[in-house]
Amino acid sequence: MTDHGEIDHVSGKSTTGHEWDGIKELNTPLPRWWLITFYLTIIWAIGYWIVYPAWPLISTNTTGLFGYSTRASLAVELANLEAVRGEKMAALAKASLAEIEKDPALLALARAKGRTVFGDNCAPCHGSGAAGAKGFPNLNDDDWLWGGTLDQIMQTIQYGARSGHAKTHEGQMLAFGKDGVLKPDEIVTVANYVRSLSGLPTRQGYDAAKGEKIFTENCVACHGDGGKGNAELGAPNLTDKIWLYGSDEATLIETISQGRSGVMPAWDGRLDPATLKAMAVYVHSLGGGK
Amino acid sequence: MNKAVNPNELQPEGDYGPLYASRKKVYPQSVSGSFRRIKWGLMAFCLGVYYLLPFVRWNRGLGAPNQAVLIDLPNSRFYFFFIELWPQEVYYFTGLLIVAAVALFLMNSIGGRIWCGYLCPQTVWTDLFYAVERLIEGDRRERMKKDASADPMKLERISEIVLKHSIWLLIAWWTGGAWVLYFNDAPTLVKELVTFQGPMIAYIWIGILTATTYLLAGYMREQVCTYMCPWPRIQAALTDEWALNVTYRYDRGEKRTSVKKAAELRALGEQVGDCVDCYQCVAVCPTGIDIRNGPQLECIQCGLCIDACDTVMKKIGRPTRLIAYDNDINIQRRQEGKPPIYRIVRPRTVIYSAMIVAVGGIMLYALLTRSLLDVNVLHDRNPIAVKLSDGSIRNAYTVRLLNKRGFDRVIAIDVDGPVNATVHVVGVDSVTPDRPMIVIGRDQTAELRLLVTAPAEQNPEKSIPVHFHVTDIGLGEVATATDNFVAP
Ligand code: SF4
Ligand code: SF4
Repeated sequence: MTDHGEIDHVSGKSTTGHEWDGIKELNTPLPRWWLITFYLTIIWAIGYWIVYPAWPLISTNTTGLFGYSTRASLAVELANLEAVRGEKMAALAKASLAEIEKDPALLALARAKGRTVFGDNCAPCHGSGAAGAKGFPNLNDDDWLWGGTLDQIMQTIQYGARSGHAKTHEGQMLAFGKDGVLKPDEIVTVANYVRSLSGLPTRQGYDAAKGEKIFTENCVACHGDGGKGNAELGAPNLTDKIWLYGSDEATLIETISQGRSGVMPAWDGRLDPATLKAMAVYVHSLGGGK
Repeated sequence: MNKAVNPNELQPEGDYGPLYASRKKVYPQSVSGSFRRIKWGLMAFCLGVYYLLPFVRWNRGLGAPNQAVLIDLPNSRFYFFFIELWPQEVYYFTGLLIVAAVALFLMNSIGGRIWCGYLCPQTVWTDLFYAVERLIEGDRRERMKKDASADPMKLERISEIVLKHSIWLLIAWWTGGAWVLYFNDAPTLVKELVTFQGPMIAYIWIGILTATTYLLAGYMREQVCTYMCPWPRIQAALTDEWALNVTYRYDRGEKRTSVKKAAELRALGEQVGDCVDCYQCVAVCPTGIDIRNGPQLECIQCGLCIDACDTVMKKIGRPTRLIAYDNDINIQRRQEGKPPIYRIVRPRTVIYSAMIVAVGGIMLYALLTRSLLDVNVLHDRNPIAVKLSDGSIRNAYTVRLLNKRGFDRVIAIDVDGPVNATVHVVGVDSVTPDRPMIVIGRDQTAELRLLVTAPAEQNPEKSIPVHFHVTDIGLGEVATATDNFVAP
């Protein structure tokens, strides 16, 4: 042993023989309690290996004494969460849509729940903040194809539009050009007439009287007198500033020629009633609703 | 016996020794004197505050907790006498931590590790445990004799040991018990705890603190300071040559001789040291060191060796304070025949004090002027603006109102932004147009969805600032938040 170290003359203690940059390490023993603690941690670790799943085997792993698994404990936590939420969701399911909006606590719950459900199910089409896109309505504004009251929104969410559900909204924008009902020049004329309804500039020298005539013969049935729209049929109001597919002449010609029939899926049966309510209240609150 | 603790003789000379060193048990002797009295006083004060504070009441009005100091975790509130802090105000704790750290620096630059010697919980509780031990098992010599005795345990000795540990556990248990009282209404919790209806987490914490107090104050004692605590290492870097440390004035004490020999030599007119080598300073030291070896890592600056040596000096008729709070500069100066100088006011202490005053002042100012009605606003990001069918533009905001008062309030919201804009709060029918009013419960927050619509003819071209003024109708208190109104 003696060849490992020497005596440090200042402290009178032995050294370990290790030296860094001229500084030697004194051979100071560890306190016993420290060492005992160290051994205890080792014993603890061994116990841990035995009690908990630890060792990977060829095709599986050791399962531990009590078969603990993180997946199982997660399942328990989720079940607990459901139990807690269940109560609150029951309150939501019981209240009417109007009651939910009048009760600040229920409204907050519905908005919170609605926001997550919207993010999961509706955001792919309507955008994360329901800002919409071409062909997909912006749900923050005050223009509603199928009506913007709480009940109308609920109905649209439940059954969708042109979704194939028995109670779905029907209503088609016909393909006047493709089906040969209108000639190309008539389509241009009526497109300009439609632009004039909402005060947009029209092509020079277009025949307004002819446009009105074509509109009355072909479009009024759905879009109503003066093009004010009809929520029963999902026919948009053509006199306002909001356009689902765009208001420029080329887009309007395309719409009139090819028709439009966007689909909103039905959520009835896919989500539980409380969730559907939360979604309706959330959507209604986005723009303050009608 | 005394000789055995002289550390100089315990150094393992040239011996590689075992892998570990077993603890050298310390048997501090009882002592009386000025520093001991200060320590008793501070111990009574600190423990008194700790054990009794949860029972102090403070009237905050109906429905609010009336406990002076309460950490209300379920409701995220912290109550301290007249102060009530919300989670949004955690920065006060940052301020408190800064003040605490600088106060430690200041203490250190004035009197070294006085925190360790007088105020550290480890010191205070260890001191209390020693007092109990001394009361039951006797003073130093008796305890050493009892521990060394190879006799089979007598009933008397067993009952002594049982009694000591029972009292220790009782103190430890009450220490843990007092801890949980800071987190719940104390009288209620005490009642629940004794009837075994208390929350599980309370029992767990009492258990943890009972165990740690018993272990740290009963067994680990000075080892916590020397092996576990980082502070001795840090303070070495903080201290400077002017800081007063417990110092053996070797200029006066050396050479050590016996009382008799000293008297003889003095009679002959020879120069003799005052230290009579009685080892009293070592006997009373709770960390078991000899201060005459100079400043040491283990010394917690408790001043007990000063008291011990003073007693000896009085007895042999020599001036007291052979060991005293002093520094090496003064020892040098005395050896050179110059008068000692003490500098408490130095750049370092001035800066630390100024920092404490500054941070404390800012915190106090913030506390006294803190608003009890707050409003935060968040603009919708997607869509950032919405065009309505008549061409008007609408922006949506999430408005969070905080009512920090202990009663319900009616709050009116005024929006000052685009000209002729209309304001609507979702779920609220405004009676007064464009001035929605809502009620917020006491001590609560309310999150609102607020829609601001600018009519088509007033559409701003670009982003303009909007101010949200929220007014307490009853008190007239106003809070304001600013955001922007954006055109699509
Ligand atoms: S108590 Fe005073 S006199 Fe006695 S050994 Fe210590 S320093 Fe010397
Ligand atoms: S040396 Fe003196 S001041 Fe330091 S810990 Fe021991 S008794 Fe206390």
